[in-house]
Formats: sequence, C-alpha cells, structure tokens
Amino acid sequence: MASPDIDVRYVADLARLNLSDAEAATFQKQLSDILGYVAQLEKVDVSSVAAFSGPVVNNLRPDVLGESLPVEVALSNAPQQENNLIVVPKMIE
Amino acid sequence: MAEYEAVIGLEVHVQLKTNTKMFCSCKNEFGGAPNSHVCPVCLGMPGVLPTPNEEAIIKTILTGEMLECQIAPRCKFDRKNYFYPDMPKNYQISQYDEPLCANGAVTLNLLAFPKDVQNDPKVNFDKKIRLERIHLEEDVAKSFHYDGASGIDFNRAGTPLMEIVSKADIATPEEAFAYLTALKQILIYGGVSDADMEKGQMRCDVNVSIRPKGQKEYGTKVEIKNLNSISAVRKSLHYEILRQTADVEAGVPIIQQTRRWDDGRGETFMMRTKEKAHDYRYFPDPDLLPLNTEEGLHQTAKSRLPELPAAKKSRLVADYAVTEYQASVLASEVALANYFEKAAANAKNKSAVANFLLNDYFATGGDIENIPVNPEFFSELSNLVEEGKINTKQAKEVFPKMVAENKAPSVLVKELGLSQITDTAALEALCDQAIAANPRSVADFKAGKTNAVNALKGQVMKLSKGQANPQVVGDILLKKLSA
Amino acid sequence: MSSPLYTESVASLRRKLAAKEITAVDVADQLLARIEQADGKLNAYNFKPDAAKVRAAAQAADLSKPLGGVPIAIKDVINVQGDPCTCSSKILQGYTAPYDATVIKKLREAGAVLVGRTNMDEFAMGSSTENSSWGVTRNPWDTDRIPGGSSGGSAAVVGGHEAFAALGSDTGGSIRQPAALCGCVGLKPTYGRVSRYGLVAFASSLDQIGPFTKTVEDAALLMEVISGHDPKDNTSVNRPVPKYTDALKQDLRGMKLGVPKEYFISGIDPEVEAATKAAIEHFAKQGAEIVDISLPHTEYACAVYYIIAPAEASANLARFEGVRYGNRVKNPKDILDLYRSTREQGFGPEVKRRIILGTYVLSSGYYDAYYNRAQKVRQLIKRDFEQAFTKCDAILTPTSPTAAFKVGEKTSDPLQMYLADIFTIAVNLAGVCGISIPCGFTKSKLPIGLQIIGAQWGEENVLRAAHGYEQTTEWHKELPGI
Repeated sequence: MASPDIDVRYVADLARLNLSDAEAATFQKQLSDILGYVAQLEKVDVSSVAAFSGPVVNNLRPDVLGESLPVEVALSNAPQQENNLIVVPKMIE
Repeated sequence: MAEYEAVIGLEVHVQLKTNTKMFCSCKNEFGGAPNSHVCPVCLGMPGVLPTPNEEAIIKTILTGEMLECQIAPRCKFDRKNYFYPDMPKNYQISQYDEPLCANGAVTLNLLAFPKDVQNDPKVNFDKKIRLERIHLEEDVAKSFHYDGASGIDFNRAGTPLMEIVSKADIATPEEAFAYLTALKQILIYGGVSDADMEKGQMRCDVNVSIRPKGQKEYGTKVEIKNLNSISAVRKSLHYEILRQTADVEAGVPIIQQTRRWDDGRGETFMMRTKEKAHDYRYFPDPDLLPLNTEEGLHQTAKSRLPELPAAKKSRLVADYAVTEYQASVLASEVALANYFEKAAANAKNKSAVANFLLNDYFATGGDIENIPVNPEFFSELSNLVEEGKINTKQAKEVFPKMVAENKAPSVLVKELGLSQITDTAALEALCDQAIAANPRSVADFKAGKTNAVNALKGQVMKLSKGQANPQVVGDILLKKLSA
Repeated sequence: MSSPLYTESVASLRRKLAAKEITAVDVADQLLARIEQADGKLNAYNFKPDAAKVRAAAQAADLSKPLGGVPIAIKDVINVQGDPCTCSSKILQGYTAPYDATVIKKLREAGAVLVGRTNMDEFAMGSSTENSSWGVTRNPWDTDRIPGGSSGGSAAVVGGHEAFAALGSDTGGSIRQPAALCGCVGLKPTYGRVSRYGLVAFASSLDQIGPFTKTVEDAALLMEVISGHDPKDNTSVNRPVPKYTDALKQDLRGMKLGVPKEYFISGIDPEVEAATKAAIEHFAKQGAEIVDISLPHTEYACAVYYIIAPAEASANLARFEGVRYGNRVKNPKDILDLYRSTREQGFGPEVKRRIILGTYVLSSGYYDAYYNRAQKVRQLIKRDFEQAFTKCDAILTPTSPTAAFKVGEKTSDPLQMYLADIFTIAVNLAGVCGISIPCGFTKSKLPIGLQIIGAQWGEENVLRAAHGYEQTTEWHKELPGI
C-alpha cells in the first residue's frame, strides 16, 4: 500500500471510462493524494482481525413464481430495440 | 519420435431445474417470447436487489452430495466484474473463494464410454475423475447477432447456473466423453437438471494440452469452445490432440489460445490468443448476506439423495436376478430403471422382462420417455410364456402389437388365436405322427444322439402350426422314445 | 401573527387535519405556493411537484392513515413507479422507474402525498450537493452556502420549509450532515432497519434510507412507517418495528450518554465545538449521566470509508452504460465505445474519481492491501462501538466539523471535502444508527447540528435523547430567512 502507484488510464479502462488528458492528469494527482491518505491504515495491527462481513442469516426466497414485467414495460427504457430485443452494436466474442 | 499424452480438464456449466431465476421470481424457462420473463431485478434496473433462490442452493448441495464433494458450511456470493451486454449489472453474482462444493469425483463406467471402445481392453472403464469444485452463479442473457448489431433477450439472464470444474485427470477424448455422459446421468438422477447439451442446459468448455509421456510439467493449454454435444467434445479433442502433436513435432510452439470447434468441418479454429489476464475484481457481494448451509439446507439436500446408478445396478442384480449387463443398461437411465421396476413387478421371470424391454422394445425404435405401454403388460407377457400359455415365438408376435396398441397381452393372444396347445392327448397324437414319419431321427436317438429329439420336436411344432408347448412336447417325446 | 402553515411539523399537521381545521388540499396548495416562492432561490427540487397530481392525491388521501394527507418529498435516488429517477446524473436522463421502492410503497400505504424529487450529489457522492447535473442547491439559511450533501435537496426543502418531511439516503453522513447544515432533524437508521429495495445503490453495505423532519417526533412517526423487514432486501432484518413515538414519552433522567474524546480534535470549528459542549452540559442539567468513552479507531474511519464505499460503488455503477436504459451516446463505433463514451459523458468528475478509486482498490494485486485491510479495520471500528455501548445508551458528538461552507469553497480539493464527513462515517461502517438535531447557531446564523449515535437497533434511545433535548431547547423553532 505504501506506494500510491495508480495507473489512472489502466484503471479507467477496466471501468470502461474514457478520460480526457486533462481529466487523467487531475485524477492522477487527486487519487494519489487520497491513496496517500488511506495509507495510514498500514499503522493498524489487523493480524488477528477477521474482515467485516454481514451477519450469517438464511434470508432465502422460496422457489415460487412471481410476476414479470410486460415486454413493453421491460423495454420501455431501452435506447434502442427491435423485435422485442434490446439492440447494441455488434458484440465481439 | 516421442510419444505424447493429453491432459484434459473440463468446465461444465449446468442450468438448474428450478421454477424461478436465481435472484428474482421470474420464470426459469427455456424459450418464451424474447424478454417476456424479465423484471427490474434481472434487467439490472437501478435500485434493485437480489434475493437468493433456496431451491437452487439445495440443488447445488445435492449435486455436491451425489458427486462426493465436501459441502461448505457457509454459502457466500461474490461479484465478478466485467462489462458485457449480456450481463445486465456488468457484474455476475458468482462464488469465488468459497464454492458451495469442493473436491469430489465422477466415477466412469463401461456404458458411459462410446460404444466403439466398450470392448477395448486398454480402457480403464472405472476411472475416477476428480473434481476441483462446484459453485453456483447466475446465467447471462442470450444474444442474437446480425450485421453490425446484436439483439439481447434477457429471459435467460439471472437463471441459476452451476459450474462444475474437473481436475486435469482426463487423459483421452473417450474419457472426456464418458465423464460427460456419467455426469449427465447423475444430474438427471438427482432431478437437478435435464442436462441436454443441445438445448444448452449443459455447456462444456474444454482445456487440453499435450506433453511427452513421462514429463511432469504441463504443456501450454488450449481452450475449446462451441461444443454443442458430448460427441463434439470427443471429436474436437481428437482433432486438437492431433493438431497440437503435429505442431510440436514440427517444432511449432503451442501458444495459449481459445479455439472454436466447427462441427460441420470437424476442425477447431483460432478465436483469440490470451492477451492480458482478466482482472475480475472479485469481492463479496454486499447485497447478499452469507448463508449457513448447516441450518437445514444441507439436511434437505441429503434427504433428497437418490439411489445413484452404481447402487441401482447392484440392487437390480440382487433383487431382479437380471444379468450384470442388463442391470448396467437399465441403471444408465433413471427413467428406464424406473420403468423396468414397474414392468417387472409382477413377473415370475424378471430377467425375461429385461430382455423384452432392452431388446424387443428398443428394436422398435422407441425411447423410454415416450413408451406408450402400460408397464404391467410386460409382466403379463412374460408370465404367459413362463406359465406355458404361449411360447417365446408367439410372444414375439404379441409384442409389437402390445407396443403399438397398448393392449393387454392376454387380449392379444385371444385376438391372434395364439393360445398354445397344452392338451396332452392332442400333443401325444402329434408326437406319434412325428415319430412315425421320421424313423431316421428315432434311430439316431436310440443310438445315443440325444439331440435328435430336437428334430422331432421341430416336426411337432410344425404340425401344430407353432402352437404346441415345446416344453410339453419335449417331455412327451422323451417318454415315448425311452419307452 | 401565526406562522404560515408550511412551517408546521407533520405531527401538528396531522392534528389539524384530524380536527378538520384544515384539509389535505389546503396543505397541498399552501406547500405548492411555498415551493413556487422559495425553490427558485434554493434549487432544491430536481422535479417540482406536479400541482394537479399533488392536489388529486391530497384529495384522495385517507386521513385515518398514519401519514394521511401529509406531503413528503423524495430524494431523487429512490424509484417511484412512472417517475424519473435521475440520481442527479446525466447518465439517467430519460429513465422512468418501472417499479416502486419498498419505502415508497410503505409511504403510499400510510396515506402520504408524494411531492417532488430532491436534488443531491450525483449518485449520492459528495457532501455539498455541488456535484449535481441539476446545479447546486443552496442553503436556506444563507444562499451563498451549500446545504451539505449528498441529500442536500431533502435537507434544504425541510430546513427551508419547502416540504414537511423528506426521505434521504445516508452512506457516510448524507442525511445527518446536510440536516445539521440546514437546521433540521435527520436520522440514519441501523443498517437493515429500512429496506434498500428501490434505492439506487451507492455503497450497498453502508446505504440506508432515512427521514428528514422538522422535529424529532416527526422522525419517529416516519420511522414507524418506513421501517421493517422486506423480503426483497436480503440485508433487511426480520425484527419487529417498535412504536418509536412511545420512546419519546420518557425524559432524559437516568439516560447514560457517552462522549468520545476522539471526536473533539483539531480541525473542528470552535463555534461547533462550543455548541456541542454546551449541548452536552444541557443534557447533564436535564438529568442525563455523561460518561467518558473511547472510540479509538475513529481516526481511521475516513480512510476505511474511502476504500470500501468506492469499491462497492465501482460495481454498483457498472450497470449505467446505456444498454438497457438511460442516456446512450450517439452513434458509438462499437460496443466498447458505447460503454466508454456513454460513461464519460454521463458521469460527473466526482463519480468518475470514485469509480476509478474503487476499481483500483479491488484490482488484481491490490485487493488485500486495500479492500481486505479496510474491512478488517472496519471490524475494529464496529467493535469500538459495541464496547462503548456497554457503558452508555447513546453517544453525543458534533455532526459536522464545520457549519455550511461557501459554494465552491472545497470543490477543487476532494480530500478536504471527504473530511467533512469525519464524524458521521464511522456510524455507517459500524452499521449503527444516528440522528442529527439542531443544537445552536454560529454568529453568522448558520445552524449547528448535534449527532446522537445509538447502538444497533438503538433508535428508541436516540429518539428519546434527541426529543428530550429538543423539548427543552428552542433551536428547532428558528426560521430561516428564505
């Protein structure tokens, strides 16, 4: 954690975000500051601590059919659709 | 020239048979008009939350139990992050470091292998293929590709999907075939999935590499996709092993890549090389609390454990006195075994019922799912033979009509006028007639050729137009000739 | 001269409606007029209420229900079927919610009249409501200043009397901090108390919906309506909902209130510190017992938060890419361009910053150093609270280190902005509950908030303490200039 060596462009690509050069430069500086700040966690002795996790609770859904949306409602927000399918530029395998 | 061996591992995705999807109550159904089984949750609308399907978790644990896995005491879900239009949230809810089931194995059996190697003495038919893990996740949507565009149907998005990962224990294409066949058999036995590869209910990715025999290190592995049947898996492996061997022999290094199987051409084609490793940024899904499997879920799964093929086979041999081979065939399909048990219930000779079912019925081209015959008719037919009311030959006449018309054999025997002559007086007359007409056979018999009685028996059967009871005829002839 | 109807509390409105002194339509009309008069200055509503719809709903309201005829504003992050839900982001332009959030169903069942959608920091990321595609919301006490955030719109409409009550969401202080800065009451319930179904997720393990009100009694009333187990939210807890208003019947005598030394550190504004200390003394005078406690890992709360919240957000916000809903960039070259350009144009800088930060801390090779370590320190923070609550019933702290700052004052330095939440963040990390109530004003007449923190399911103690203080002070009766 010591070196806040974030590669903003690489990470933005993982997150599917285009960045302008100016944005990338600003973020590089700001995120390095923030990572420098969070580096203080290194001081905490966590050797005998389990990571936080929600309580173990069996909140399960019984396998019973519920209502689906009518197709026209399901697709009403789609920016592009055809033949009841949501359309995107051709997907690459 | 060095000899090469293949190292094969399979990743099998299995669609679970549930009423509803994994994290919402939309219908889990193959087909349906596009985007008709969707709701805000499985469309990944803003603000929605997943609710785990109890049945899917039980079925996954049941699968683990059937495959001798260790079941995790805690069930935790993680998010696997990557962008793809068929995945509504752009993360998949899956299981990363704590799969529901770990280890375990699929034990192969003779009948799981392709027919053409079932007599090959070199094959180890009872090999155990160890499993790495089984985890539960959600399936993605189905996409249709057009010129320049893709259309997405989210009906399948969010349906429960089990991933079963084998260890690299598989050494031949035939073992891969047998692994998938045996696995499919067990999944069907447990009612966990219909596991039909052609319907995409079972999907298989193959990893294969080759190495010189005796070498410890693995070769570079190649992944094969687009395998739509178990035999395609076998064929693609044959092709791929030959291709890799030829490359290595020619000094061409194997590069890590994904190849696509073209079933029509019987070849694999390069899809992509492994550029950079994926960075899926797994982390525990904060929308889903961990579950305790020891509170009920594991118990429920165990209570549903079916009798598995191997156990069923042993029981059929013990309880029905069928042959080992008959038992193996019957146990290979749960529907077949179930039908047989009903068909043989009242039969005096249960092995005879097995014969009628396995030989005569399948010779008609029928299958077990759609068998139209009342199973009790099988018992009735075999008992008619057993009680000497008709003979085997007559039974073969009755059988096709029994199948075609689903009519009771006793009724058919009357309709066909097939009742067997068991009237001793009538048969004695016919025997006398035969003895008189065949002095040569009589002489042979008396000279010690006891087989000669069969010729006389044949004559009597002919004289009776096939209606004589051959057993009774034999007895009478022996009595008369020995007199 | 009596004060205008729109300044009434929900409870007093309910009494007047029950006594037929006024009608629900009168209430709606007066509120609509007030919004017309004030919102031009505050810009607190992204969608102002549709007058005809609100009047019709008021007309039809069942006054026998707990919130019958009471207009309530909703933060623009909660789905209301048939309405837009923009999260103050360009990326959700054009989206119409196909379903109701569980809290909306509950409000409807309780007879409430939904009025308008309030402004916020984009996707609830911010402490000033400056990160909004709808422009900045102004503080009703000084329109040169921010209202706090991220639920700045909800705080401003309640503090500025453009609503009788509002719902907001709180991930690191997004209800309590703006409530403090706008001079109203804001409650962040225990994690799992209120269903998150229909709340657009920022950080799933931290988010809770809660009420903004003018009085503590109103907060209790709203909590009775919106709390409870929801099978649609796996993290909502199946536990009976107490009658919170009953908790208000007890005064402060005998209550043990903890004061953590770690919350009075450098960086806290002297006026805020003085007001908080005066409030603590007031509690003592009213018969509460003040005990010193320690929350030693508080100093790490901000660092933990700025790892966990962005990490969860980076996944939660992956669904906004223009495939199924919302804004899609025109003529993308291919699917990758559709994603990258839609998200580039749709998200504001703060959201991008946090997505990148969150993606980074989860990425291969960094998970253990950041995310996993942060979750361990979070466990220590949670333990601190558990130990503290063995010694006291509730904890008193400032809500925010400063009163409302000027618009633009901190926008260039995100880290400084993040530190505005230093006193509220630990409450979310530990999953406990907290309220902010008015406890004074600065010399320039900016409200100061007092935070009262309760244990898990400790809402009754929090409400009792807050109500006891409120009933013996006058701060909540002050009206802003707007």
